[in-house]
Amino acid sequence: MAEPAALSKTDTDGLAVSLRAVTKVYDSGVAALGPLDLDVREGEFVSLLGPSGCGKSTALRLIAGLGAPSSGRVGVAHRGGEARGAHGIGFVFQEPTLMPWTSVRENVRLPLKLAHAPAGEADARVDQALTQVGLADFASAYPRELSGGMKMRVSLARALVTDPDILLMDEPFAALDEITRFRLNNDLLALWRNLRKTIIFVTHSVFESVYLSQRVIVMTSRPGRLSAEIRINAQEPRGEEFRTSAAYAGYCREVTKALAPSYSGLSGS
Amino acid sequence: MSSLQTPPLSARPAAPEQGGLRLVRILLPIVVLAAGVAAWELVVRLNHIPPYLLPGPIAVVKTLIIDWPALAESLLTTLQTTVEGFIAAAIGGIVLALLFNQSKWLEYSLFPYAVILQVTPVIAIAPLLLIYLPQQTAVIVCAWIVAFFPVLSNTTLGLNSVDRNLTGLFQLYGASRLQTLLHLKLPSALPFILGGLRIAGGLSLIGAVVAEIAAGSAGAGSGLAYRIAESGYRLDIPRMFAALLLLSAAGIVIYGLLALVSHLVLRRWHESALGKEN
Repeated sequence: MAEPAALSKTDTDGLAVSLRAVTKVYDSGVAALGPLDLDVREGEFVSLLGPSGCGKSTALRLIAGLGAPSSGRVGVAHRGGEARGAHGIGFVFQEPTLMPWTSVRENVRLPLKLAHAPAGEADARVDQALTQVGLADFASAYPRELSGGMKMRVSLARALVTDPDILLMDEPFAALDEITRFRLNNDLLALWRNLRKTIIFVTHSVFESVYLSQRVIVMTSRPGRLSAEIRINAQEPRGEEFRTSAAYAGYCREVTKALAPSYSGLSGS
Repeated sequence: MSSLQTPPLSARPAAPEQGGLRLVRILLPIVVLAAGVAAWELVVRLNHIPPYLLPGPIAVVKTLIIDWPALAESLLTTLQTTVEGFIAAAIGGIVLALLFNQSKWLEYSLFPYAVILQVTPVIAIAPLLLIYLPQQTAVIVCAWIVAFFPVLSNTTLGLNSVDRNLTGLFQLYGASRLQTLLHLKLPSALPFILGGLRIAGGLSLIGAVVAEIAAGSAGAGSGLAYRIAESGYRLDIPRMFAALLLLSAAGIVIYGLLALVSHLVLRRWHESALGKEN
């Protein structure tokens, strides 16, 4: 199905990301992660779920190349012959992480500017990304003029502007109110259906992980290890019916049970 | 301003009490000033104090008008020194901070000397500088010594306060050192740099005045501080007050200008320039 040539860095066909016995020990001696094995197929939507401090964010940063693993191997499939200014990985942080001193348009343009993409092409791509997240009318606004949800959309547009294969999202909607979060969940699912990107989504919300992903990876607390893996087989496209269905509630119960050892264990450790 | 179709926070009409409060805040200091000046004049007149002891404000203003040609020239001289010292301090402070930021070795080697330069009273350094440097240069160097440190330390603080996630983002997209500096570190540090410059403006005036007073006895100076010293020897007290008034006005104008620049640059994005409403 997939072309092996484009996946030179991973051993297996069709994998976007593969972690093998990856650990991370910080300079302070804190063992944050692992050993962790994780395979994510191309186009898959996977959530990493676990208590805070379980190394989910660390795993994400390692996949993004922001820091090296202490041991083990991180494999990321790179696309061959990519256009100038394209970038294999998009990253959405927990905070919007926007530059407050410049407009929404310039914030979204940043990755292209850093890659010296031609101005005309960059303009078109910025417009496209802003349209994808529904912010085309707010291009010249400044970040402080936007609501929390809109800032997060800008952050998402910036991650999409390079047309990455893999989108890494680190608890992106954690700080938002539930209504805004539901709306962004739906928009993210729509984007995923249309663009077919690989998405690795870190969250500490059981409900969010079940609603969004095809597979939920439950992690233990520090050092983060894989404790359970739950496949969510729901009818696509998912929508509000799924959120209120019995199947959804069943999956939430299952994931919550899988998570239980890590939070009941916290009192003992 | 922006082409927002639906501004997320619509502009609220200013509450009438707020407008009134603003007026009071402007009027009160003016009333206090007027009262102070009137009291001063009254005390001088009622007690028949001779002008060589304490001139009244009217006498001071008269002197200011009569001696304006000489005083204006002195004002220009002092201002020129101040501006040159300020520019040197701004460039020196920012460039040094950038170098320190790029190389820890350089920072460790030189930073202690920057501190020593700062904590040694400039009035004690000025006479030495006047021996080794031409007078005009020595005066500017004095202004520079006093003013560069706040720029250096504020810029350093700003360059080190860059958002950690934004740094990660730049790293992720393979930004070069220069790109990170231009598009991330300098804009992040801008509010801090402007704060440093605001302090430096007032300090370079102080540096210029200190150097002029130290140089005063050498006779070649003609700045406002020199006028004050000279008038002191001649017991021309009204002129001392007039020159002092001009110095103070110059300081206020310098501060106001720098505050205005800071406000204009930051008004669209930085909390400090946005007011308290939102």
